[in-house]
Amino acid sequence: MGKELRLMKGNEAFAEAVIRDGADGYFGYPITPQSEVMEYLMVEKPYEKTGMVVLQAESEVAAINMLYGGAGCGKKVLTSSSSPGMSLMHEGISYLAGSELPCIIMDAMRGGPGLGTIQPGQADYFQVTKGGGHGDYRLIVLAPASVQEMYDFVEISFDLAFKYRNPVIVLTDGAIGQMMEKVYIGEQKVRLTEEEIKEKYPWATLGKTPDRERNIITSLDLDPYRHERHNIKLQKKYKEIEKNEVRYEELNCDDADYIIVAYGTSARISQKAMDIAREKGIKVGIFRPISLWPFPKKALRQLSERVKGILAVEMSAGQMVEDIRMHSVETTPVEHYGRMGGVIPTPNEIVDIIENTFVKS
Amino acid sequence: MTEEIIIAGFGGQGVLSMGKILAYSGIMQDQEVSWMPSYGPEMRGGTANVTVIISDERISSPILTHFDTAIILNQQSMDKFEESVKPGGLLIYDPNGISNPPSRKDINIYKVEASKEAAAMGFRKIFNMIVLGGYLKVKPIVILENVIKGLKKSLPERYHHLIPDNERAITKGMEIVEAVQTA
Amino acid sequence: MSDTIIKEQIFKPENIVYKKTDLMTDNVLSYCPGCGHGTAHRILMEVIDEMGLQSKTIGIAPVGCSVLAYEFMNVDMQQAAHGRAPALATAIKRLLPDKTVFSYQGDGDLAAIGTAETIHACNRGENFTVIFVNNGIYGMTGGQMAPTTLEGMKSSTSPYGRDSQTMGHPLKMTELVAQLPGTYYVTRQAVHTPAAVRKAKKAIRKAIELQQQKVGMTFVEVVSNCNSGWKMTPVDSNKWMVENMFPFYPLGDIKVDGKLVKEV
Repeated sequence: MGKELRLMKGNEAFAEAVIRDGADGYFGYPITPQSEVMEYLMVEKPYEKTGMVVLQAESEVAAINMLYGGAGCGKKVLTSSSSPGMSLMHEGISYLAGSELPCIIMDAMRGGPGLGTIQPGQADYFQVTKGGGHGDYRLIVLAPASVQEMYDFVEISFDLAFKYRNPVIVLTDGAIGQMMEKVYIGEQKVRLTEEEIKEKYPWATLGKTPDRERNIITSLDLDPYRHERHNIKLQKKYKEIEKNEVRYEELNCDDADYIIVAYGTSARISQKAMDIAREKGIKVGIFRPISLWPFPKKALRQLSERVKGILAVEMSAGQMVEDIRMHSVETTPVEHYGRMGGVIPTPNEIVDIIENTFVKS
Repeated sequence: MTEEIIIAGFGGQGVLSMGKILAYSGIMQDQEVSWMPSYGPEMRGGTANVTVIISDERISSPILTHFDTAIILNQQSMDKFEESVKPGGLLIYDPNGISNPPSRKDINIYKVEASKEAAAMGFRKIFNMIVLGGYLKVKPIVILENVIKGLKKSLPERYHHLIPDNERAITKGMEIVEAVQTA
Repeated sequence: MSDTIIKEQIFKPENIVYKKTDLMTDNVLSYCPGCGHGTAHRILMEVIDEMGLQSKTIGIAPVGCSVLAYEFMNVDMQQAAHGRAPALATAIKRLLPDKTVFSYQGDGDLAAIGTAETIHACNRGENFTVIFVNNGIYGMTGGQMAPTTLEGMKSSTSPYGRDSQTMGHPLKMTELVAQLPGTYYVTRQAVHTPAAVRKAKKAIRKAIELQQQKVGMTFVEVVSNCNSGWKMTPVDSNKWMVENMFPFYPLGDIKVDGKLVKEV
């Protein structure tokens, strides 16, 4: 944890972390509720401090493809958007995944479908954890639940992106992006030089030198058998990620009779619900998946064996609950409570649901 | 100690910045804080509100439906948030522009004539600091010294010459706040 | 038989009259015999070779017939999603300003699905070079109408000829981008005769040289034939191109040193 303490919005903390982590380029298109990311970067002028490029693209489509170009050169690049913009980006994300390019895409989710609302939502869960674009691919998805995590997850995400040559989604929402909390800021990292990139990422297109064959970044292969081998390789990589990169947090789960499973803003609200429930003598715990993919299935399964009921709380009609059901023991009831359209569930509503669905029955 | 506050009024009244200064003041005394604004088109001239939580413990939900304190600066906000004050909680308002004063009997109600006083002081922008002073008199959750430190942190350097004015406004608010009803 | 050249003599270095640049790989071109793409590839790679830029060059392949350009061009390359080559090139050039960056795009890629990326990269004055091969048709997908298809011209999706009333007018992208302040050198060339090839190569050289000076976008259109898509022999298609394409897409410089040299 860094030493410098600041009060920042989630979006600003994310942007500051990007500069501090030594990112090479941000390419984005304004959309509420995350426009502060690019605004902050433009004000901070990292191009003067670290040499980082900040560019406002003509569309989300252009922005995601700028990431492809930059990532193909081994550069640390990222973008941020919100749900409607994410839909536009998923074509490019499929190409990034197919070409195995590292990058970060931050999605500050808002209620949908369509233009929907600018208020927070969590209905992009399917889109980012199950696909979104075409083809068999997976994205690493991390869900911060505090402004500090908005900061911390930038470094973790870049590390994962380059470790596995895979896009990483930071899945957040308008509430976390807009709220201010204390943040500990880390040291300024130095950006990699071209020589260092060549050394670390020999696949990067930085110009063909006599000592190697030309590098090609592509997702195309017209030979089905060779392309299948590429797909098998990708699937192997995803298995590896599932083995190594599961992240979650448990709060008061040890003595819990009931657990709430929630991520991001919903997890924060659920903490309050947990406090209220415990004051009433109902032993509630929280299981917060931090990596939504890979989903913490083993830990959830073990937990599901010893509790009397599980409640999924999401700002959606019920998306993550499908994964929860799939990875809980059948004898434990799993219920879902969700609000949609930008409505945020309240702690008291959640407590009522637990009382009425589990405790009274 | 956990204090859950809603500050609500018109955009441009300094609602968000008042919340920010409170949050900073909390940080100055090593407390946990959160600041959660309403955002979007509401910002543009409509109503604005912000939820501020200051606590000795890790803050759970930054979004709340019930508050220990509501600081109300226009009628729409009064209509919306009077009911959200916890029984025994505090409601502070500026009577300027309030046609229907609060009617609940189970809460503590104070008023602070901040707009009037700001106009008298010839400096309308410090309106929100007068309100803040009124609140801190009733509930001294942060000490004045830390508020000044918080101001220094939250204001860009070029506005630091205004800190003495802000301090005067806070002190003024502390003087003029009046109890309307104590539950 | 002293005037007959035997095989051994041909291989002697002093008798070599032409040698393929090493910047073209030995892979067999996937283009139809008679297509202009191969020549356009070759002159572009010759320029990069002659300027000694191989180790500094990053090229972008589009979607279309030249999707596999990276199989033939012996430089580091990235293959872009349909129409997005200018977005990739923008980021690469911004992140690596001292590299030589080009996008190689067809008319479907550049003038239809990628119009926004093309116009905005040109308008920002990005310092890379666009090679725009215009043959008035979607070649790879089997000869459908392109935005550049001439009025009355038949394609598989305009089987009775392009009717501008219902199918829109052919789009002159090159004239369009020439009007943007971000473009510095805009020209239209062809590769159907040795003289045209020499001129086109000179234009590409100029574009790549200007790119080193970071003066803004350099944009070279190459009007080409598509004998398969047009359903003609290569010879007939070149004749048809001269008679029909050139009047609508006239060859020559449109913008030089940042100034229009032709009415557009």
